[in-house]
Amino acid sequence: MMHELIIAGFGGQGVMSMGQWLTSAGMKEGKYVTWLPSYGPEQRGGTANVSVVISDDPVGSPVVTKPMITVVLNNPSFDKFEPKVKPGGYLFINSSLVERTSKRTDIEVVEIPATEIANELGNTKVANSVILGSLLENTHLLSEQTLRDTIVDSLSGKNDLVQLNLAAFEEGKGYSNMVNA
Amino acid sequence: MGKVLMKGNEVIAEAAVTADCKYFFGYPITPQSELVAYMAQRLPEVGGLFLQAESEVAAINMVYGASSAGVRVMTSSSSPGFSLKQEGISFLVGSQLPAVVVNIMRGGPGLGNIQPAQSDYFQVTKGGGHGDYHVPVLAPSTLQEIVDLIQDAFYIADSYRTPVIILGDGMLGQMMEPVEFRKKEYPPLPKKDWATTGTVGDGAPKTITSLDLNAETLEKRNIELQKKTDSMAIHEVRYEEQMMEDAETVIVAYGTVARIAMNAIKKAREDGIKVGLIRPISLWPFPEKPFLESREKVKRYLCVEMSAGQMIEDVRLAVNGHTPVDFFGRNGGIVPTQEEIYEQIVRKHGGVQHANSL
Repeated sequence: MMHELIIAGFGGQGVMSMGQWLTSAGMKEGKYVTWLPSYGPEQRGGTANVSVVISDDPVGSPVVTKPMITVVLNNPSFDKFEPKVKPGGYLFINSSLVERTSKRTDIEVVEIPATEIANELGNTKVANSVILGSLLENTHLLSEQTLRDTIVDSLSGKNDLVQLNLAAFEEGKGYSNMVNA
Repeated sequence: MGKVLMKGNEVIAEAAVTADCKYFFGYPITPQSELVAYMAQRLPEVGGLFLQAESEVAAINMVYGASSAGVRVMTSSSSPGFSLKQEGISFLVGSQLPAVVVNIMRGGPGLGNIQPAQSDYFQVTKGGGHGDYHVPVLAPSTLQEIVDLIQDAFYIADSYRTPVIILGDGMLGQMMEPVEFRKKEYPPLPKKDWATTGTVGDGAPKTITSLDLNAETLEKRNIELQKKTDSMAIHEVRYEEQMMEDAETVIVAYGTVARIAMNAIKKAREDGIKVGLIRPISLWPFPEKPFLESREKVKRYLCVEMSAGQMIEDVRLAVNGHTPVDFFGRNGGIVPTQEEIYEQIVRKHGGVQHANSL
């Protein structure tokens, strides 16, 4: 099995670290993984994005052009990547900031008010963990435990942040593909 | 040591440390700045020395100085900065000094942009600086391969007393992949009895220079250098072949482009199109053998590059008119997609019934 993902948002939304968590967790489960950031001169407030591949076989292209799983955290990311999701794939939308709705009927669309949930938890920065909870619950891409361990490891020594991210992750799990379901 | 998830630029740096490189002189430039930053932190930890030079020209000449003293030394840059190192590389060759020089290519010409490209192929394989010379050029396509090739590069450099170039693109520098730092074993190297480490009553003073005002002796030196070049051309060839047994169409690609091409090849194979891959790992010496072996059997070669067509000249020389050689390239920082390469394969093949299942 090969899973190709794109995670997109603006700088500071935790796009890169979300990708890193998934990549690390994939590595922990013995999969072949790659992580490739868009490092170009991105427009401020535009999209920063990362391509992640998690596979049972050695990864060829680290560049993802037609993602099976796509996460969009802001409007420009929605506009850029919504049309590119592979038919049968998943689109996770941060509905707190994305004002558009997908009209595509050939993909699973999951809308999550991630920024609002993160704010209620006390830190807007954990919106990425909210999405991650939903992503895992819907796709079963990796084991939940591996991902939790990865989050704990990457934030070692920062107990408050660990608890906050795990709580956000839990909240996100409640959001499944309600739009098309 | 188990697998760790790291960026390509950091892997190059840590692999150099694994190869006992203790000295690094460089100047930051995107997309390879992480390499410089990593060395700044890492080398002092292993008793080495990192120095940020005031320019790329200064950095390569610091490399010249350190190498003259007999230590393992490296520098790195990206395309515009790498151009500035050409004079120094020519001097290293002329003075027979080992060093490893990294170029993580970006879009050009001129300042270009900071996106990945492969448009410095001519520069690294055909000389680059002045004078008659070739230096070995190794082009990894995965981060694990970087670990092996960097160690090989230092060994080749010391074996032949030559600079060795590691060539990658911005994608290879920026991406992350799990790697394991395995130290490779090599046969013993000759003693660096030529190094200028100070005289302690052990003979005449040593001189390291590329200057020779006498035409006869300079010609002799050139003949010696060419003998070395001939030897490297025989012994330092590296390449990989995939699915060549029954291939009708052969993709030729190096570095990250070869990885992207592999996705297209797998897709084409699923559709019943017989495609294979030749991936040169040493760009100089260019691997002729896989072409000599296949050129009577296959129908066509398709060279794919992130350039306007540079490696294709070496492919054509190796194929020598026996078989058509086509080209597909993107440049200016655009990465060819697997879908585009697949489409090229199908088009060259004369179509496929299920070609719409992209």
